[in-house]
Amino acid sequence: MTTLMEFKEVDVHYGPIQALKKVSLTVTEGEIVTLIGANGAGKSTLLMSIFGQPRISSGEIVYRGEDISQKSAHYVASHGLAQSPEGRRIFPGMSVEENLLMGTIPIGMEHAEKDMQHMFELFPRLKERRNQRASTMSGGEQQMLAIARALMSRPKLLLLDEPSLGLAPIIVKQIFKILEDVASTGMTIFLVEQNANHALKLADRGYVMVNGEIRLTGTGQELLVNPEVREAYLGGH
Amino acid sequence: MTQTDISYKKSGTDAIIAALMALVVFGPIMGIVLNGYQFKLSFDRVFVIVAIVFVGRFLMSTFFQTHRGKMMAFRYTNNNDGVTVLPPNHKSQMVWIIPLVMVIGLLVPFIASKYVLTIVILGLIYVLLGLGLNIVVGLAGLLDLGFVGFYAIGAYGLALGYNHLGLGFWSMLPIAAILAACAGAILGFPVLRMHGDYLAIVTLGFGEIIRLVLTNWQSFTHGPNGITAPAPTLFGLEFKRRSAHGETFHEFFNVPYDSAHKYMFVYLVLFVVVWAVLFIKHRLVKMPIGRAWEALREDEIACRSLGLNHVLVKLSAFMMGAAIAGIAGVFFATYQGFINPTSFTFFESALILAIVVLGGMGSTVGVVIAAFCLTVLPELLREVAQYRILLFGILMVVMMIWKPRGLVRVTRRGFARKEGVVK
Repeated sequence: MTTLMEFKEVDVHYGPIQALKKVSLTVTEGEIVTLIGANGAGKSTLLMSIFGQPRISSGEIVYRGEDISQKSAHYVASHGLAQSPEGRRIFPGMSVEENLLMGTIPIGMEHAEKDMQHMFELFPRLKERRNQRASTMSGGEQQMLAIARALMSRPKLLLLDEPSLGLAPIIVKQIFKILEDVASTGMTIFLVEQNANHALKLADRGYVMVNGEIRLTGTGQELLVNPEVREAYLGGH
Repeated sequence: MTQTDISYKKSGTDAIIAALMALVVFGPIMGIVLNGYQFKLSFDRVFVIVAIVFVGRFLMSTFFQTHRGKMMAFRYTNNNDGVTVLPPNHKSQMVWIIPLVMVIGLLVPFIASKYVLTIVILGLIYVLLGLGLNIVVGLAGLLDLGFVGFYAIGAYGLALGYNHLGLGFWSMLPIAAILAACAGAILGFPVLRMHGDYLAIVTLGFGEIIRLVLTNWQSFTHGPNGITAPAPTLFGLEFKRRSAHGETFHEFFNVPYDSAHKYMFVYLVLFVVVWAVLFIKHRLVKMPIGRAWEALREDEIACRSLGLNHVLVKLSAFMMGAAIAGIAGVFFATYQGFINPTSFTFFESALILAIVVLGGMGSTVGVVIAAFCLTVLPELLREVAQYRILLFGILMVVMMIWKPRGLVRVTRRGFARKEGVVK
């Protein structure tokens, strides 16, 4: 098992405010790693800093042996890192198919046809809506589209920022089921979530972030039963 | 149920409210007439305008309570905005119209009078400008209020190139396009991080800078006095009565001299250029770069997270738009024969933007129609010229209410599979 991505003592500042404090974490090939934490803990900041938005103020982000912390966003995105951004950010005026094809930008359209068929198998709902404008779909379908679009670039590492955001519990369940299917194909997934229960059940390993620091780490199961985590994130679940 | 019951009480209330608002708005403007240092009150004028508003609002309110009115209101409130996507193999029923327009267009210079021809040339110049701005605003979604700057660069490129370097129309046509594209890149770089209102203000400033430089750099541009621009030549034959350099057009072909020849020639060249631009734009929209522009308009963050180089995409949109405006400028200069900075004010930018908005953002056909409407109609309605801007404003308001997506809604053909990458 080789390390795919590694954060080494990363600091991030927004002006005078320090958002990430000496964060170190690793993602190994083929595993699902989740990062959970409350609002404002710095989860999204960490994910966005991979793309250089914001730039880290010290430390290193190593991806396949290369420090990518100072690279531009499109460079990172076209080297095997695909992201399903927070808030989905699909192209509202484009059809589902066009959205998926936009996902092939980094690798060209060689495999477009085949991959799109594959996506329609993974997400049958998208197939029903393939010629519909993306803005006319429900939140859950849009989230599926965002994930499918990210997968279209055949990434080595799939980054997901809160795929459960603003979705009904039943849809969240569906989404996580699909993520499980995606993971079973050997895809490495780095999942940032607030929904600790679902995320930890899915994940091989997890990190718990509090106020810009990694407070706890362990396997998904360990964290799920950890009293501190249960207290803070799982509440009455 | 065809006829729903109409509440005249509701219509009456609406009408009274509208009339009161009209009183507030028009009262001071219409009611007080300045007369030297005195002013006198004229209530009759206020009364007339308030009465018009009252009656109009009453009728409108009543109409919208009828069945047909309700249907209409429903249609417009549920006007689902956005782009219609057609299947990739969709064939339009209107294909025959393209050769028809081409033939009519080619016949125009031979049947129309010189006056009509000059108006149509102006219309075509605005078609070019509209198409150029449509790439920047309609496709890439970058609100550019200084578009006239590139137009000015094209026009002054021809005039200055002729006066200082002795370059003619044909050599300046590509050079002006390149110059304008470079200016587009220069404007593009600092505004890469901006969008929306901020971008609009910076581009507005850019347009004004160009105009002020042209006005104030007396020694180079002759400032507000203006500068002459050369007429085009046909393989070196000039369209003049007499020429110092060899034969002229009418001598060579042994036809009587006619000052309309120049306009006929400008028209034909411009006609070809417009079709070329239409074709290029049509192809670009289908190419990955066109899709990248549209994606940028839809969501910039998503674009970058997908590995699109937004710098390249934005700059290419700016440069393409600017180059087309530069070409339009060259035609404008050669058609006028004389240019000065007053042709390149902010009002021109607003007019071009209006063409794009009225025509429909991103829609080619709509922009062509709108460009002709907004340039040819005012010429034909010379008698009411003083109300031009008023009519213009009313047209804008009405369009935004009834057809907020422009004259022609954008329809797009689905993405057919092709090789090619936008990095």
